Amino acid sequence: MGFETLMGDEAIALGALHAGLSAAFAYPGTPSTEIMEYYQDHAAREGDIVAQWCANEKTAYESALGASYAGRRVMVSMKHVGLNVAADPFVNSALVKIKGGLVVVVADDPGMHSSQDEQDSRALAEFARVPCFEPSDQQEAYDMTRKAFEVSERHSCPVLVRITTRLAHSRAVVELGSRLPQNPVQKAADRWGWTLMPHSARGLWRDLLAKYELLRAEAEAEAVIEAGSSEVGVITTGLAREYYLENAGEMAAKPTWLHIGRYPMPYAKIRELCGRVKKVIVIEEGNPLVERNLRGILERGPAIEGKESGAIPLTGELTPDNIRPALGLPPRAGQACRDIVPAKRPPQLCQGCPHIDSYAFLKEALAGYPQRSVNSDIGCYTLGAMAPYDAIETVVEMGASVGMARGAAAAGLTPAVAVVGDSTFYHSGLPNLIDAVSHKTNMTLLVLDNDTTGMTGAQPTIIPGKRLKDIAVACGVDPAHIHVVDAHKKDHAANVEIMKRELAYEGVSVVIAVRACIEALKKARKA
Amino acid sequence: MKYDIILCGVGGQGGISVSVVIAQAAMAEGLKVKQSEVHGMAQRGGEVLAHLRLADGPIASPLIPLGTASLVLAFEPLEALRYLPWLAPDAAVLAASAPIKNIPNYPETETVLAEIRGLRNSLILDADALAKEAGNVRAANMVLVGAAAKLLPLKASSLEKAIADTFARKGEAVVAANLKAFEHGRKANP
Repeated sequence: MGFETLMGDEAIALGALHAGLSAAFAYPGTPSTEIMEYYQDHAAREGDIVAQWCANEKTAYESALGASYAGRRVMVSMKHVGLNVAADPFVNSALVKIKGGLVVVVADDPGMHSSQDEQDSRALAEFARVPCFEPSDQQEAYDMTRKAFEVSERHSCPVLVRITTRLAHSRAVVELGSRLPQNPVQKAADRWGWTLMPHSARGLWRDLLAKYELLRAEAEAEAVIEAGSSEVGVITTGLAREYYLENAGEMAAKPTWLHIGRYPMPYAKIRELCGRVKKVIVIEEGNPLVERNLRGILERGPAIEGKESGAIPLTGELTPDNIRPALGLPPRAGQACRDIVPAKRPPQLCQGCPHIDSYAFLKEALAGYPQRSVNSDIGCYTLGAMAPYDAIETVVEMGASVGMARGAAAAGLTPAVAVVGDSTFYHSGLPNLIDAVSHKTNMTLLVLDNDTTGMTGAQPTIIPGKRLKDIAVACGVDPAHIHVVDAHKKDHAANVEIMKRELAYEGVSVVIAVRACIEALKKARKA
Repeated sequence: MKYDIILCGVGGQGGISVSVVIAQAAMAEGLKVKQSEVHGMAQRGGEVLAHLRLADGPIASPLIPLGTASLVLAFEPLEALRYLPWLAPDAAVLAASAPIKNIPNYPETETVLAEIRGLRNSLILDADALAKEAGNVRAANMVLVGAAAKLLPLKASSLEKAIADTFARKGEAVVAANLKAFEHGRKANP
């Protein structure tokens, strides 16, 4: 009860806690990280829930499934690209008979503030036929999360709560409800609701399709059309509502307005709106998902303005300004510099960061190899792509460095190097190392071991970095070609020599460059 | 009443505490608040921006529309200039004078400061020196809050209480230094 000022991420975490949450699992990823951080603070104080970082989003999701099977309410949280990693358990979990409420929170990052793409998780929810809630502010983030657990248990399905960076990382006052007790441990009675073999899955798939239409009926009941002009209609989803309301007062005629906060899409309400007006403006954060459905492939019905018509930018984040042309409003202007254009200030490695010294020895060792392949990965060290380092050539997704170096080596590039952080290596680099050993790939793995997940705020690595050497040995890397070095300027010359030797070696070699993250040290000092 | 503030600086300057102090003071006075921050990659030495919106009625967008902000509070002078398009014609710019030159194409400091001085309503403060005078170099942010005090639609006493509450867990000495830094800021923009 009462009121609290909460970030969107915190409002979701507290909403789940008040819905009787027993367990939470996650892998760090901006903008979702603060959800698990909230739980860990709570668990450290109260000790009444399980709150665990996991090796990756797939393992986190699978842990959540196990907790649901045991009858407990559970949350798994991740960033949008994390849902790709967890896609296998996510899509298949739609078929099982969820017991304890399972809510998966996915934080999308339109505008790519801290990500490599701006994919829209609503599309994956629709693909898997998982119901999805899309809150528009902190209050709805809290309320909808509570409701998501109820829906999950009532329909025996996982529920996705989709937020975006702007909601995740903005704060407002939230009115709180009371905290419900946790579910007792009571495992699912019907094991055939949890065993996906062809004969059982066929029935479960039919059940899911039927369930999805019941869920659509609930979404229809919750979507409200606010009467207005018979000329112009507006459809908003989630956070787009706030940008619309910021501008709506300036419009000459009040549009007829439908807001959608829940999927499957309320088809009947959308049809009703479209039947009442001559033109529909669709404002949604992310992909033009609703707009695409409206358009279909046939040309009929009202005119549709949105991202696909070009009235709203197809890429990047919505703002209160970039939707104004679609609403027929003039641009707003502010002040401007007279003489200079402020130079961009891109993010960069911290002063004193160990990665700077690692890139220094790597670059020197690589000089004179025109056919090299230097593949890197997701983390602070991604900033090694920027000047003045210019040390890496590829960054695609978590763990790709190791697999890409392997493939590049197989295709004929020499030397092939994978540069990956300890946390990302544990996340999904390890199976690639196993491939490399199995096929005796001619590559060098450089692990930047700072014993932390730095970019997301220095969470501890899932297991200590100092076990990396033993892991490489256990995978079958020749111990003579595994080196643990100090990522420090004073060891630069020695590190260059080791790196040169291993680049020349024909086979799998591993160099582990160790030094603590200075951000993690700062955080530890503060605590 | 609405009062929109752009808080800006370079990753690692700790602008969040300023946002928290002003937001708390506003809520204590019964205002609605919406506050938007930047986390993650951008925090690593890049441009860092927060939008803080205060109003006596509901606030919709978490982002401030262009041309409507009342105040830019900048912890770094070049960053102040980056957000001019958000400023209303009569808005104020308060900027700390010390540049952070972590990019190769940073302009001459004097060029940047002259650009700020040329704005209709601006003030440049040596926040570091004023914080040092107050006894804690790390309180430069509260110097800026002090300098903004007469512009904000808030009582100085509400801001002081918010500062005391925000820093309470760090001990009395830190609270005292931050309150003193706030006072020095107020005197710099009486």
